[in-house]
Amino acid sequence: MTEHDITLTVNGAEHDLTVESRTLLVHALRDELGYTGTNVGCESSICGACTVRMDGEAVKSCTALAVQADGAEIRTVEDLGTRHDFHPIQEGFQEEHGLQCGYCTPGMMMTALDVLEENPDPTREEIREGLEGNLCRCTGYQNIVNAVQNAAEQMQPAAVADGGEADDDPTPATDGGEER
Amino acid sequence: MTVESVDPGDVDAADILGSAIERREDPALLTGNAEYTDDIQIDGMLHMAVVRSQYGHAELGDVDTSEAEAMDGVHGVYTYEDLTSDETPGAGSFALPTAWLLDSLKQVEHPVLASDRVRHQGDGIAVVVAEDRYTARDAAGAVDVEYERLDAVVHPSDAFAEDAEQIHDDAEGNVAFDWEIGDADKTADAFADASHTASIDLENQLLIANAMEPRAAVADYNPGTDELDVAMTTQNPHVHRLLMAGVIGHPEHKLSVRAPDVGGGFGSKIHHYADEALVAWCSMMHEAPVKWTATRSETYLTDAPGRGHETKAEIAMDDDGNIVGLRVDTKANMGAYLSTFAPAVPTYLYGTLLSGQYDIPAIYGHVKGAFTNVPPVDAYRGAGRPEASFLVERLVHLGAKEMGMDPVAFRRQNFVPDDAFPYETQVAVVYDSGEYEKPMDEALEMLDYENFREEQEQARNEGKYLGVGFSCYIEACGLAPSELAGQLGAQAGLWESSLVRMHPSGTVTAYCGTSGHGQGHGTTYAQIVANELGIPYDDVEVVEGDTDEIPQGMGTYGSRSAAVGGSSLVKSAQKVVEKGKQIAAHQLEADPDDIEFENGQYSVAGAPDRSLSMADVAGQAYLAHDIPDDMEPGLEETSFYDPDNFVFPFGTHAAIVEVDPDSGEIEIERYVAVDDVGNQINPKIVEGQIHGGIAQGVGQALYEGAEYDENATLLTGSMQDYAVPKAEHIPEMETESTVTPSPHNPLGVKGVGEAGTIAAPQAIVNAVADALEPFGVDHVDMPMDAESVWSAVQDNATADGGSDEPAAGTGDDPDAAADDGGER
Ligand code: FES
Ligand code: FES
Repeated sequence: MTEHDITLTVNGAEHDLTVESRTLLVHALRDELGYTGTNVGCESSICGACTVRMDGEAVKSCTALAVQADGAEIRTVEDLGTRHDFHPIQEGFQEEHGLQCGYCTPGMMMTALDVLEENPDPTREEIREGLEGNLCRCTGYQNIVNAVQNAAEQMQPAAVADGGEADDDPTPATDGGEER
Repeated sequence: MTVESVDPGDVDAADILGSAIERREDPALLTGNAEYTDDIQIDGMLHMAVVRSQYGHAELGDVDTSEAEAMDGVHGVYTYEDLTSDETPGAGSFALPTAWLLDSLKQVEHPVLASDRVRHQGDGIAVVVAEDRYTARDAAGAVDVEYERLDAVVHPSDAFAEDAEQIHDDAEGNVAFDWEIGDADKTADAFADASHTASIDLENQLLIANAMEPRAAVADYNPGTDELDVAMTTQNPHVHRLLMAGVIGHPEHKLSVRAPDVGGGFGSKIHHYADEALVAWCSMMHEAPVKWTATRSETYLTDAPGRGHETKAEIAMDDDGNIVGLRVDTKANMGAYLSTFAPAVPTYLYGTLLSGQYDIPAIYGHVKGAFTNVPPVDAYRGAGRPEASFLVERLVHLGAKEMGMDPVAFRRQNFVPDDAFPYETQVAVVYDSGEYEKPMDEALEMLDYENFREEQEQARNEGKYLGVGFSCYIEACGLAPSELAGQLGAQAGLWESSLVRMHPSGTVTAYCGTSGHGQGHGTTYAQIVANELGIPYDDVEVVEGDTDEIPQGMGTYGSRSAAVGGSSLVKSAQKVVEKGKQIAAHQLEADPDDIEFENGQYSVAGAPDRSLSMADVAGQAYLAHDIPDDMEPGLEETSFYDPDNFVFPFGTHAAIVEVDPDSGEIEIERYVAVDDVGNQINPKIVEGQIHGGIAQGVGQALYEGAEYDENATLLTGSMQDYAVPKAEHIPEMETESTVTPSPHNPLGVKGVGEAGTIAAPQAIVNAVADALEPFGVDHVDMPMDAESVWSAVQDNATADGGSDEPAAGTGDDPDAAADDGGER
């Protein structure tokens, strides 16, 4: 099996590692580098549990090869926020009970960030569409949609992109008049 | 209504029980700090992969492992012979036990690796242990298996056919069991005397749980101490430990089973599977940690599917529309072997709920279990109860139609009346408490039912087909008591154990033998214990899911955790309070009978200034300088709580759908759910459970189903082919609740985990049948995809003489639909 030396920047930290050609990005992250926050649900790009952000885009890390990610900037759930300083998306999921077993949640949140970056004030329908690549078996999705709306409210009008200090200015809700 | 969650800091201690506080387990899950089984890394860890049968049914010829063994990084390859040879560790049965025995049950051997024959696709043939997961899978692929294929059987009716291939030599006619409940003669008389009957012929399809986390296990054998630790995806670690001890032949006290964070179960992680025992055995064999994680494809091939019924049933009414009898004949798919609790599911968990919410004077149920070449079938969310509720609610829908009555009026007339509780059904259970009209009334109001009927009429005239469907479900949770379970065949007690341990500083660690996997027990149990002890919620830590820490336990399934586990915690906490009272009395120099305990304070009656807090008393209990003479120091108490009876949650769910008869497409316009799960410990968590349950019920109604070809090859073997609903597929759910406490446990709780899944399918199928009434369509089997709906419309159109337009006036004429013979 051919091996490759690659460099992955994960959550700002640079890692040099050697992988086989076929090593999936998700296994490189989890098994080689210990970023086990990202989960594997299907290894076939359907469930979205493994979603990470690669160079600012949500990707399913079970379908990307580690070698394809050589030189890329990866952001995983570990980089969002801590229990004492939640990112607004984490806050949204906590407040709205947007998770039960939590297995889909890291991938869900990474996709949700993508959705909010493209559309900071989505309708419930738009959120549902945006999450179509992420399966959740526990929540029935309704509270996840609430969670993403909640995060959107917290994040406006601060830029979503850096996902960082958005809660400095928690401008109150403009939830688009959708029914909860 | 959406329940708003609250911060625990904003809740008065006295209101902690019943508050919708945010879950304490979330921060770890939200920050990537959760530990699921596959996250576990241990130095020197090896990986296991399983060689699985490609075929549904075959004799095994030569299994050539030489190429796999020769591969770099492969540490061992084992077949059934290797497990049972003298060279290898363990002296177990290497066969999976069945833990629920029926009188007529044909117990068949279920070896952990096939010895001579494979009986379902995915049946294990050999295991590989290797350096890493890629190598293990490569090597598994390199094992060369010779098969001699046999005819396969998929459906129970085929299994029972005269010339059907025999799956087990000792189970003649592929009959796993033949079971009945109720009174056949009385029911036959009721039907003979009845003035109206309605019948149905249905399939309740096989479903695959699809917990987002695939099953996994990491075993770590320590040759120094002979201890074997297994972390695994389990809903019931103690039960797994007991069963595994026997399978691999390692003593129970030197085996520990731990559930780390578990990514959903829905029943599929209750049962003891071969892979778990094999990982443990491989760890002993190699004296090294070994991990196995299923791929999604493996979960499709080996996770126990649920449901799988073929049923003929009928309902009988008198002239006034009173239900006088109900008769059911079911062929239940058991799959290739009898999984852990499988025999209970289509029998005691199904037959005992055939009365639904109705006062039915004569019921008879007959169930025959069939061996087939699908994976062993067992509990999936609801387990038996969804099958019963579906059937009863479909029959009630058809009964109302037969009577020319509104389905609401028909149900109302036949409900068990409020003053009849406790109510003993004809199928051997006693309902604890219920007020069945309350949720029905609430649902009707939410739907604006009267108005809807007008709207529906109007829409029909415009060629738009709306329908409303009701589901007045009942479920039985918290199986109990142990003595009864034993009489019914359980090889286990159904109590729950807990330990409440006060620390000297006054904080508490509470241990419970249940094992949550997304239900938020850490939060709800802390609410229960804080409430009983009158101490701050934040001062209570909850521990579950580890046989090393928790004395004993039965686990989490069947919506038993709050009712049985929660009640056990109440008992343990009450014992703590009681012992504390003796200490307080001693220190306050008062008679224990004069000590009052309220809001965490012990005080002398009539002298409130003479008081000690719970924390003071805990400190004194451990100081032990000044406690009653004959008392042991310390303050911790254990209880084994055995409930008096099941609990019976109920409710009304209703769906409004629009069906396009030309395309067969179904749109759920509204979904309304009013549930009565007794007292609610945390309404936000209750709401979440209801949502999740409904989503799985919607999945069954519209999307999901495991399908096999005639060779028993799974056609829906990936998420590409098996439609787990996505966010866009699930409607906005409008939920409300009523509260009828259960008298059977100290919390007055019932159970909520399965309610939505039990209730939803028939609400939607009834709605579709209602919408398609003008076309004479009585029933569409699930999943109701566009093609099956379209075909149902077409078939009836053909039967009606070639037009797919509704016959004039059929909407008003209850007999019109009977013209098509009602058979599909
Ligand atoms: S694990 Fe990557 S999409 Fe499912
Ligand atoms: S929370 Fe369990 S899968 Fe989404």
